[in-house]
Amino acid sequence: MSGRDRISRALTPVTGRLSGKPYKSIRNTLGKGTGEKRGQARYSAFDLFRRGFTKDPWPPVWREHELSSSYDVVVVGGGVHGLAIAYYLAHRHGITNVCVLDKSYVGSGGSGRNTAIIRSNYLTPDGVRFYDRSVKLYENLSAELNFNVMFSQRGHLTLAHNDSSLRTMRWRAEVNKLENIDSEVIGPEEIKKLVPYLDVSSEPRYPILGALYHPPGGIIRHDAVVWGYARGADTAGVHIHQNTEVVGINVSSGRVTGVRTNRGDISAPIVVNATAGWASLISNMVGVRMPITTSPLQAAVTEPVKPFLNTVVVSGSLHVYMSQTDRGELVFGASVDPFPSYSMRGSLDFIEGLASHVLELMPALSKMRVLRQWAGLCDMTPDYSPIMGFTPVEGFLVDVGWGTYGFKAGPVSGEAMAQLIADNKTPQIIEAFALERFGTGELLGEKGAASVGH
Amino acid sequence: MILIPCPNCGPRNASEFRYVGESIARPDPNSATQEQWRAYLYERVNPSGWTTESWFHRAGCGRYFKIERDTNSNEVRAVRLEPAAATKGES
Ligand SMILES: Cc1cc2nc3c(=O)[nH]c(=O)nc-3n(C[C@H](O)[C@H](O)[C@H](O)COP(=O)(O)OP(=O)(O)OC[C@H]3O[C@@H](n4cnc5c(N)ncnc54)[C@H](O)[C@@H]3O)c2cc1C
Ligand SMILES: [Zn+2]
Repeated sequence: MSGRDRISRALTPVTGRLSGKPYKSIRNTLGKGTGEKRGQARYSAFDLFRRGFTKDPWPPVWREHELSSSYDVVVVGGGVHGLAIAYYLAHRHGITNVCVLDKSYVGSGGSGRNTAIIRSNYLTPDGVRFYDRSVKLYENLSAELNFNVMFSQRGHLTLAHNDSSLRTMRWRAEVNKLENIDSEVIGPEEIKKLVPYLDVSSEPRYPILGALYHPPGGIIRHDAVVWGYARGADTAGVHIHQNTEVVGINVSSGRVTGVRTNRGDISAPIVVNATAGWASLISNMVGVRMPITTSPLQAAVTEPVKPFLNTVVVSGSLHVYMSQTDRGELVFGASVDPFPSYSMRGSLDFIEGLASHVLELMPALSKMRVLRQWAGLCDMTPDYSPIMGFTPVEGFLVDVGWGTYGFKAGPVSGEAMAQLIADNKTPQIIEAFALERFGTGELLGEKGAASVGH
Repeated sequence: MILIPCPNCGPRNASEFRYVGESIARPDPNSATQEQWRAYLYERVNPSGWTTESWFHRAGCGRYFKIERDTNSNEVRAVRLEPAAATKGES
């Protein structure tokens, strides 16, 4: 059966028979008096000013609801991906009888733990086009969500310390340019101008030979993105259920019929797995084996100092990257821990290795103090590319395999998965990421652009 | 980081080892179907809890061995050397 037939069968009860409502009526729940208070007033400078005087409390950013016994779409995982899918389902397609379930709080997974790098200078044309769409959506996201996500397109530098990485960067720059992405290889003098504190002499053990420069890349306020999507989805009628853990998924003759949670059962014809680091556990519930292993990725942040670092700096060879937040803290990251684990405990190994590599790049930082370190779980795939779309179980969809690089893809994934659900068809922009590629041998080879510089 | 108990060298820092992977039986390439071969190459249980996996003592004795590890706590129990001919992923 083709993906299209599968999902059209999956959608039938939603749109007609089971609920007894035509598809139109689902669309129309948006903004209609359902007895509930409509979501949010718009945030504005005037509102801020007014509440400053009146001391009126701010309304909660999203509301709590009772668990309904059925939804048209159940999204498992309240990270940027799950929330964006719900948001676009409601706002672009009028499908609002949707819930997002999270076993903990919204943003408790990778979405609240990442280092917030956004870029599109990938290596494969499929990857480049996909991430570029996300950058475009991010550029307009504050306005769309009426929530300041603080997207700062300050430029992104990937350093080359040897000839082979310089060659990969040239290759990436050419692929990027063909896709109309601002991306080019620059030399040490230009690097020095962008980041004066970098040691670009020939002294260091790993001299800087050049860099891939990507001006539209940058960082964002990751929590704000999560909260903004949650608020937007809530406003349109999506139910967000925190502390609601999926413990089982019901399947009957090859198709999904609902989920079991610690708060009760929900029937639903469509269940979306958007649980990143926990993706295998959810897919295993329906017997869909994933080409995924889960490894922790660690990061650290220093005490705040005066702004001096205007770009994101990544060094693949040194397994380190850094940026400075608007508050002045330096955010450091590295590559994933060398074996799979569901433990989010930080290690001394990591912070030692990190410190020595950072000092290779910027000796001037030797007196900086680390404020804290943490870890998040990453769902790694063999080709450093996501797995999105249909699975052999009807109505069970996946948006997983986000590894160390999935935050930047939140908007485009939400948009594409919502489109897939509404149309019963895989949109072209995610065709290359289907689970089938592991059967047909069409893996994507994004490692050269994704293993360190997330 | 954690200590990995090499059956030959005793407990050593995990950074001396290479994680090889979940223990999976290699199907016979002459008779395996495409699905079996794909499963062997890519599909993993990736469990949360106890699992059996292969490790290689890269910076030590150079032997392959299996351990049972709890992927939540990283606690290790039951360790055994792989047969001499064992290579990556074989059981
Ligand atoms: C340290 C670090 C740095 C990173 N840096 C970057 C970066 O710079 N740029 C970038 O693009 N990406 C980065 N990433 C990757 C990025 O964070 C993730 O790919 C992305 O956040 C995944 O989002 P998600 O919504 O799919 O999953 P998550 O945000 O992980 O959300 C999954 C949710 O599922 C919930 N869940 C799990 N099991 C269940 C269950 N049984 N029932 C209900 N809910 C469940 C969890 O509680 C969790 O909230 C980084 C990751 C880490 C850890
Ligand atoms: Zn040994």
